[in-house]
Amino acid sequence: MTHWDELIIVIVIGLLVTVLGFGASRWRRADLNHLEEWGLAGRSFGTIVTWFLLGGDLYTAYTFVAVPGVVFALGAYGLFALPYTIIIYPLVFLTMPRLWQVSRNKGYVTGSDYVRDRFDSRFFALLIALTGIVATMPYIALQIFGIKVVLANMGISPEVALVIAFVVLAAFTYVSGVRAPALIAVVKDALIWLVVIVAIIYIPYKLGGFGSIFQKVEHAAAIAPKLKAKPDVLQPSLFNAYSSIALGSALALFLYPHSLVGVFSAKGQRVIKRNASFLPAYSFLLGLIGLLGFMAIAAGIKPSKAFGNNSAIADLFQKMFPSWFTGVAFAAIAVGALVPAAIMSIAAANLFSRNIWREYVHPAMSRREEATVSKVVSLLVKVGALAFVLGLPTTDIINYQTAGGVWMINALPALVVALYVKRLNVWAMVVGWAGGMGLGTYALFQEKFATSLHDFGFGGKIYIGFAAIIVNLVIVAIGSAIAALAGSSTEGSLSEADYRPLAADAQRTETVPPLTPPLVPGSA
Amino acid sequence: MGETHGPKGPGRWARLLLIVPFVALLFPTLYAHAEPRLAGIPFFLWYQFLWVIVGVAITGLVYAVDRGGDEP
Repeated sequence: MTHWDELIIVIVIGLLVTVLGFGASRWRRADLNHLEEWGLAGRSFGTIVTWFLLGGDLYTAYTFVAVPGVVFALGAYGLFALPYTIIIYPLVFLTMPRLWQVSRNKGYVTGSDYVRDRFDSRFFALLIALTGIVATMPYIALQIFGIKVVLANMGISPEVALVIAFVVLAAFTYVSGVRAPALIAVVKDALIWLVVIVAIIYIPYKLGGFGSIFQKVEHAAAIAPKLKAKPDVLQPSLFNAYSSIALGSALALFLYPHSLVGVFSAKGQRVIKRNASFLPAYSFLLGLIGLLGFMAIAAGIKPSKAFGNNSAIADLFQKMFPSWFTGVAFAAIAVGALVPAAIMSIAAANLFSRNIWREYVHPAMSRREEATVSKVVSLLVKVGALAFVLGLPTTDIINYQTAGGVWMINALPALVVALYVKRLNVWAMVVGWAGGMGLGTYALFQEKFATSLHDFGFGGKIYIGFAAIIVNLVIVAIGSAIAALAGSSTEGSLSEADYRPLAADAQRTETVPPLTPPLVPGSA
Repeated sequence: MGETHGPKGPGRWARLLLIVPFVALLFPTLYAHAEPRLAGIPFFLWYQFLWVIVGVAITGLVYAVDRGGDEP
């Protein structure tokens, strides 16, 4: 059955987003044939735009479908999204301003650009670029999957609608670059906040209040067989799993190429620091969305045939809301998928053009050619992701994405440790990367890629990515220590001055009004 | 590294505060309890929501006293 009222609202919002996406090419007008403009909006975004962009980038539609899905399936464990998205911001506050500065000073567009200079190694830069591309591809596919869940719930055939959505997405990304998702993120956030605030008030009201919801959840958990119970308080057997996946996910998230696009398009270190302070507003929102998983349990929602636990949230909306508001909620999820999908495809495309094409195929290409390669690859990346979604079983896509986090975390030494530790050896880095990737992939195979938790023989089940990064870091530390004793640390071509703010930027940052009492000029 | 061009004065020490959320959240044994409830919500859940707000306060405070950054 097709839900026409829902569909009409989704189409209207879709048209609005399309207009914004193309119009974005005229916003902060600049030459979009230059990669720093197309891909990073000329590093010009202030605090508020960056807040929307990073919020739209990191808290994706898939997150909004999957987090309540995990809570619905497993109970309290799914709330690891909260500690994960709280502890990430101190990490961002400490490390990302420095990475931003060196990238701004040297004109880096990707994380691998930095790795190349830091270690004077285009091979290691290639490894990190490939890690990013491989981890990002299934993530884009999952965004499309988020739209697919919504479309199927509205009773229309997902294939045709998905192709239309993706032609639109591909076209405005090609034309406008990162400006498009930055503008659309404002619409996405307005919709998501509206839907979640209404949901978190209206649904408990219909279900008899939070007390009654958790009574029902606890009652269901008490009568369920032990393995199927969905408790609302974390059970001790999962303590280590909970902590390690929260910490591991936090360490991995800002290494993703699409996160770095958000960071690099900011206009100053302080913009990033302010965002590290204010982005947790989305974490609160994500936690509330997680609670919707408990509400789905209390409302007696059953996993769907086609999408399993991931349809819990869409089914809950459809059961609880009047149909026009379900349309708004579904539009929020769909728009919430377009924003990160656009940024992710830009990020993967930049890695390809800068760290593969320029480096290995066509070193002499002009800036214009470079931007063109990125634009074309951003199209190909999306076609690939769409083929993924239409061709592969959904569970496979989710499993690849799980694996993506395990792989991505292995870029931590190259992108973060290297910012601070001078005496690293590039071959120790390569072997550490290989060790972490190897152990992680081996453990994933043991689990048949179905879960990111594995029992390594100490502390019960823990996050595979966490074990992988420990192995990686230990190898890097020992290898680099030995190399340092032998006098063969890899200094690379960067000096400490490359990490310092540029004198020329001082004026530019004065245009950003300080949120805190004015800083004493020149006191730094 | 950060010390040579990081925050000076109170900013440097304030950064240590950023460790607090890790301690508060990475040991679930501290908060994986049902009681005391808040409006029927188990402690495990509202404690973590509370830490979103405390986390914002801590990062905001560190930002406010932080002097490192754009000024050359």
